[in-house]
Amino acid sequence: MAARAGSSKCGPWSSARTPDKTQGATDAAVAAVFREEAGRLTAALVRVLGDFDLAEEVVQDSLVVALEKWPEQGIPDNPGAWLMTTARRRAIDILRRDKRYREKLALLERSPMAPEPAEADDRLRLIFTCCHPALSQEVQVALTLRAVAGFTTAEIASAFLLTETTVAQRIVRAKRKIVDAHIPYRMPDETDLAGRLDGVLSVLYLMFNEGYLSRGTQVAMRRDLADDALWLTRLVAKLMPDQPEVLGLLALMTLNLARSRARFDGAGEMVLLPDQDRTLWDGAAISEGIQLLERAGAMRATGPYQVQGAIAALHSEARSWDETDWHQIVVLYETLMRIADSPVVRLNRAVALSHFAGPEIALGEVNDLAISLEGYHLFHAARADLLDRAGEPALAHEARLRALELCQNPAERSLLQRKLSDQSGP
Amino acid sequence: MKYVLMFADRVEDQKMWEKMPQDQMHAAYEQINKWFDEHSRSGKIVGGEELRGPSSSTTVRFKNGKPIVTDGPYIEAKEIVGGFAIVDVKDLDEALAMAKTWPGGGEGRIVEVRPVVER
Repeated sequence: MAARAGSSKCGPWSSARTPDKTQGATDAAVAAVFREEAGRLTAALVRVLGDFDLAEEVVQDSLVVALEKWPEQGIPDNPGAWLMTTARRRAIDILRRDKRYREKLALLERSPMAPEPAEADDRLRLIFTCCHPALSQEVQVALTLRAVAGFTTAEIASAFLLTETTVAQRIVRAKRKIVDAHIPYRMPDETDLAGRLDGVLSVLYLMFNEGYLSRGTQVAMRRDLADDALWLTRLVAKLMPDQPEVLGLLALMTLNLARSRARFDGAGEMVLLPDQDRTLWDGAAISEGIQLLERAGAMRATGPYQVQGAIAALHSEARSWDETDWHQIVVLYETLMRIADSPVVRLNRAVALSHFAGPEIALGEVNDLAISLEGYHLFHAARADLLDRAGEPALAHEARLRALELCQNPAERSLLQRKLSDQSGP
Repeated sequence: MKYVLMFADRVEDQKMWEKMPQDQMHAAYEQINKWFDEHSRSGKIVGGEELRGPSSSTTVRFKNGKPIVTDGPYIEAKEIVGGFAIVDVKDLDEALAMAKTWPGGGEGRIVEVRPVVER
């Protein structure tokens, strides 16, 4: 994954000197190491200690220590072993202080655990534990980022525009629930697997969207949620290679990210699909996404992510906005309605339909969704665009104002404001 | 690991239950008994009871430390607890698996799963 431009601008990375390859480490390099090592480390320690809470805590502590040292001293030759030693030392400290943990201390001191995390990859168990439905979804997201992808609490806070205290409290409460309710650290049973995997995928997709939508607006962020969600999904795909929906989600993310460079202009303003410079799209990523969809399709079990991936693929394959295969896109939205109907899917279908059936017919369908989507800014934004095309500028203006009122995302807000001022212009 | 499974029904489903013809009622109870029997035999259920309806309930409420006895359940709820089972299982997933197969009550029935404090 490429390092993000402009990301070395805050926190411990703010030293004015140019990062020296042999000494200091860039945040992208550190993030890559955390991603690769944190989940393995947590999984290995949970295995030895049989204590999710403690294991997760000491790994987090070791990441914080690394964040203090590595930018100055550089990443050690064997960062996994370095983190393991630090985490283990920290665990021994904590256990020594508490009599109740005598047995665990003995376990840890006696364990033949290699300084390096074990070869066997049981990060999947870790992911399923973090995404257990007995935890609220916001907690599932935070816990997965921390325990599996090696985010610090501060990084999660900045990614979701929350205070560090709020995130820390959520994590503490979640871990208390895991212990109190005895949420198991294991893979779900066969009968539960499909449902539980859905839960994991929706956490990953939520993470991805959070990062993807805020791209371009928060350059100061150390880590990119969209990149990490992609990395996590790739990990799940590697560990569960026979699940077509995992591949479908991976394809969907890959295809969306392929358009990244065209999504913001030089001034950091958001550019929507019709106006994007398609030569900036990443052709290699697009072919990768399509290949993933083909692999998933061969497994013959369609699902919502594969269908959404297929829609993204159709957009990616169109040489221009006008050449988009809207008929096929409408068919795919109808498939999506059959397997995962929602007002948002219906909205998207109506918008696709407008490109060959005209804005008036689409408006009729969109208006039917008014009650369920009243609080959704994109409903009003889509309606405004349709009204413009139908020659109703006054109504369009009104709808766009409502969209602006509801919209939180700075990039989308700025886009709406631009459209509003264009409209009221001469 | 012990959990209490609390079985609740929505008020509207409860009313339907009261109006149910005898034979249907029998069939419904048969399913509930089967669920209890199966899980008791496997040793997962270690206790449990069916409760009489909320109209039979009496509440003792303390005001400034003094007990006051009143008619009815302690809260006006949209859901009514109709019974509970105490289960002894490996972990939450196993308790949830049991809760998911709970046959008693209406279409909108609710099972709350709570761990028991073990000392």
